This record gives sequence, structure tokens and C-alpha cells, in this order.
Amino acid sequence: MTTLTLSATSTATAAQPSRNLLRDIRIVMARELKPVLRDPFSLLFGMIQPLVFLALFGPLLSGSMGGAFGDGVWQWFVPSILVMTTLFGTSTTGANLLSEFQTGAHERMLVTPLSRSSLLIGRALKEMVPLFGQAVVVIAVMTPFAFDLHLGGALIGLALLAVFGVGLGSFSYALAIAVRKQDWMFWVVQQTFLFPLMILSGMLLPLETGPGWMRAASKFNPLSYVVDAERTLFSGDVLSSAALWGWAAAIVTAALGLTVGIRAMLRSAD
Amino acid sequence: MISTRALTRDFVVSRTETVHAVRGISLDVEPGELVAVLGPNGAGKTTTLRMLTTLITPTSGTATVAGYDVTTQPSQVRRRIGYVGQGNGAGHSQRVGDELVGQGVIYGLDRRTAKLRAGELLDALELKDLARRKVSELSGGQRRRLDVAMGLVHAPSLLFLDEPSTGLDPQNRANLWDHILRMREQYAMTIMLTTHYLDEADSMAERVVVVDHGEVIADDTADGLKAKLAGDRLAVTVAPGNIARLSELAGKLPGAREVIAVGDEVSVRVADGPAALPELVAAAQRDGVPIAAAQVHRPTLDDVFLNLTGRSLREDSNGKAA
Repeated sequence: MTTLTLSATSTATAAQPSRNLLRDIRIVMARELKPVLRDPFSLLFGMIQPLVFLALFGPLLSGSMGGAFGDGVWQWFVPSILVMTTLFGTSTTGANLLSEFQTGAHERMLVTPLSRSSLLIGRALKEMVPLFGQAVVVIAVMTPFAFDLHLGGALIGLALLAVFGVGLGSFSYALAIAVRKQDWMFWVVQQTFLFPLMILSGMLLPLETGPGWMRAASKFNPLSYVVDAERTLFSGDVLSSAALWGWAAAIVTAALGLTVGIRAMLRSAD
Repeated sequence: MISTRALTRDFVVSRTETVHAVRGISLDVEPGELVAVLGPNGAGKTTTLRMLTTLITPTSGTATVAGYDVTTQPSQVRRRIGYVGQGNGAGHSQRVGDELVGQGVIYGLDRRTAKLRAGELLDALELKDLARRKVSELSGGQRRRLDVAMGLVHAPSLLFLDEPSTGLDPQNRANLWDHILRMREQYAMTIMLTTHYLDEADSMAERVVVVDHGEVIADDTADGLKAKLAGDRLAVTVAPGNIARLSELAGKLPGAREVIAVGDEVSVRVADGPAALPELVAAAQRDGVPIAAAQVHRPTLDDVFLNLTGRSLREDSNGKAA
């Protein structure tokens, strides 16, 4: 047991690092990614879901629209699926934090010297990783079919999606913190927001043929701008006004989400 | 190591109701002490601990922990203390080794040192073979030992344990305590723990702080508390005819109180039972009162609590503490 005592004294002196936010964020992010990397099968499973949607919904879409899309259905629908994956993945991610509230893991981290904001930012940034993985799989699978890949636009599209996802993930964490004492509320609120947001974005079915009030409502939905932007970006049109609006929506969502999330995190010990 | 003055914490439940969970606790803990905070559920034990570990801020009063103020310098406090909460510190979806190494990195160790350190702790806490296991797959006792390991990664000079052995069976509790006491010796740690297990406070802690309704109502060694607040009880059996005479003799013992005669047994409370018993036996012999049997009952901390509050601690040992 002499080794134990030895390194104990050496750690006591080493444990006085200068703290910086970036290091803390990196630590939190690495911790969040560990279970994903240790269990790649779960990641694989997450990647199958969007493919199933593509395979089962895509053909229906082109059929029911009376062939209005022609061959362009995948050009229209693949960006949708990527946004949908982001939406589902990041809006549910607060549940992970809820379980850390229940077990005590979150409390333990609050007593460590990690900064409170890093606990939120690190988690939110981690959302980009599985998202990127899923996107690559979807694009790789779809490219041999009638999907036309414009690499530059696609990469910019994914970057935009990542920014949006960080914001949405932050909101999800903020929700988890807000309802941590009645955790069933999490799913009620999440579902209440999820479906209107999704349908009013024109993600699954085009809104152009919908009633006027729906089109009006979609103007207030940040997700609509992201969906439109993804479609133009994936068709290679990098500098369209739709793309710029998409960036604006993503950046505003991320800024708001991070602000709300960090504020919630600061109060999460009570 | 710890110094609090008039520490209070209120919880606003609604506009008309405020719970005063802690109502003015002043406490000093010296380096190297092992202090148990004992009290019924809702007494304010956990709330006090949460203030000392910077999880919540005091409503009023001050607290200095490891040399720093918990309200104005929380990050300094956090670097210096270890904390084992009521729940499990390790994330259930994580691997044992990953969480332990990660905890070291959080406290500023480089990866290599953190790995080394995690290995030592896994070894010391008999978790060596479980490093690659998922936390959710561990048994309750293993998980609790992992929690302790997480609290010790940075070799803190002060360790807080919130109900460390709640939910463990007696064997696992004993095992956990073996480890805690051994670690304490190795690191010369100060330990503060909360518990509602009487025997645990009694046998493990060198100092017991009894808390009730958010206030410290007694603070001493377990033996000191018992002598001062409960005292030993002598139970002496004699032939029925001699009961009155023996009661009289018992009442003359130094510090005698609560002389009660039931059937052929006289019982009396005294400060020092083992010393008082031979005295009583000798006095009885001088008076020609033959004694049939004699016993000394040492008090428990429950007797102490009962004497202090008129309630027994055993009545509410279920549910979660506030």
C-alpha cells in the first residue's frame, strides 16, 4: 500500500491546475461521448432509424404528391431526414441529464471544480458527434440512388445543423433541469413542442399546398428556415438567401439555447 | 477544517410557507476529526452538508471549509474537498474505470497520473476486476465503494459522506467502513458524515453532533453524550422483601436518578455504571441484603436522543432525509 500513499502526496500538489473553461468543456464533452464510443452498437442503431424513415416514407411521399417531385424527391427529402434526426436526437437529450440527476452523478459533478457552464456547453457540443455520424451514413447510403451530392454545400449544411443542434440540445437540457423534480413532465413538454415544430417546418410534407394559416405559422418557426436552408445547401446553392436565413435561425437558436441552458445549470443544485 | 457560525437555510415552499431547514448551526471541526452528524430524517443534516459542500448557499450565517468561505470562494472549497453524496456519483451508463479516471482529470491530474491513481483506488477498494464493467451492472455495495473511490481521487484533506451506508446490508456496511477508516488513516483525512444509523455513529465516529429541527442539540464523543445525557443503568435483583432497602441504597449512589423498582428488580441511572455497581453490591452486603443478580446496561445513542427530545430516533428510520 506504499504506492497509494506515494502518489497521494504527488496528486495533492498536482491538483492545483489553473482552470479554464475550454478544458472543462472538453472534459465534459469527452465524458458524455464515452458511453457512445464504448458501445458503438447503440450508435449504429441510431443510424438505422433515419434510414428506415427514408426507405418507408420517401416512396410514399413521391407517390402521394402525384409525382410532383419527379426524380427530385430525394433531393428534397434527404435534407429533411437530416434535420429530423437532429430534431429527435437533440430534443430528447435532456433525458440523459435527468437520469444523472436521479443517480447522483450530476450532484457529484457540481461539487467538483468544473465550471457550471461547462457542464451545459460540453453536453450541448457533444450532440454534434452522433449527428455527424448519422448524417454521413444517410448521405453515403443515398448517394448511389437519385441523390445528387454537392460536397461543399453538404458540409456547410451539416455545420449549420450542428449549430442548430447545439441550441436545441441546450433547450432540452434546460427543460430537464426545470422539471427535474417531476421528471415525467419532460416528455410531456418535449412531445408538445416537437410535433408542431416538425409539421410546421415543412420537413415531412411541403407546406406550399397547406392552408394559409399554416404557412403563416411556419414563418415563426425557426425550424422552417433551417429546413429550407438545408435544401438549398444540399443542392449546392451556398449563398442563397434561404441559406442565410437558415444560419440566422440556427445562430439565434444556439445563442438563446445556451443562454437559457447555462442559466438553468447555474441553479441546478437547489 | 470546518467552521460555521449561525448557519441557516430556509426553503420557500410557497408564498405562505417557508421551511427553516437549518436554524443557526455553529460548529468547529479540527483537522483529523471524524465527526458524525446524527439526527432523524428532516433534521437538517443533509441541508447542512450541502451548504458546506457549496451545493446550496446559506440563507444567513457563515461557513469556512478547508480555509475558504463557501459563499464567496466556492471554487477554492471544491478543489479541496471530497464528496460522497446520497446517490451514486458515477454515471450509470459509464464504465467504472472511465469515470474514475475522468474524475481525476477533472481535478487537474494529467491522464497518466489519473490512470495510475484510479488503478490504486480500484485496488484498495476491491474493485480491480470491475474497471471495464458498466456502473449500472455493479451491486449496491460495489457502487458505494466506487462512490468513495471517486471522492478520494484527488486525495482531499476533508471528505464529506452523506449517509454513506444507507441501503447496504450489514456485511457491506461493515466492509465499506473498513475501507473508509483505512483510507482515513492513509491520508490523515478529516471526515464529516451524516447518518441516521445509531450504531454507526456510535461505533465509528469519534465525535457525534446530534441535530434536530435544524439545530445542534448535543455535541460530544459518543461516550461523553451517553454519560452526560443518558447515563448507565444498573439493574439489580434481590428477594422481594429487600426491594425497599435496596432502592434506598441505590438512591445514595453518586449521581443516582430514576430509581425504579419493578417486581424483584431495582433499576437506577448513574453516570458511571461499572464503578457504581461494586459500590452498590458492597453497600448491600454491609446491610445484609443478599443480591441475586446484577447487570450494567450501557446506554445507546437512542437513549441520548430520547432524553434530549422525548422522541426515539428509531421511530423514523425510513424515507429520505431532507
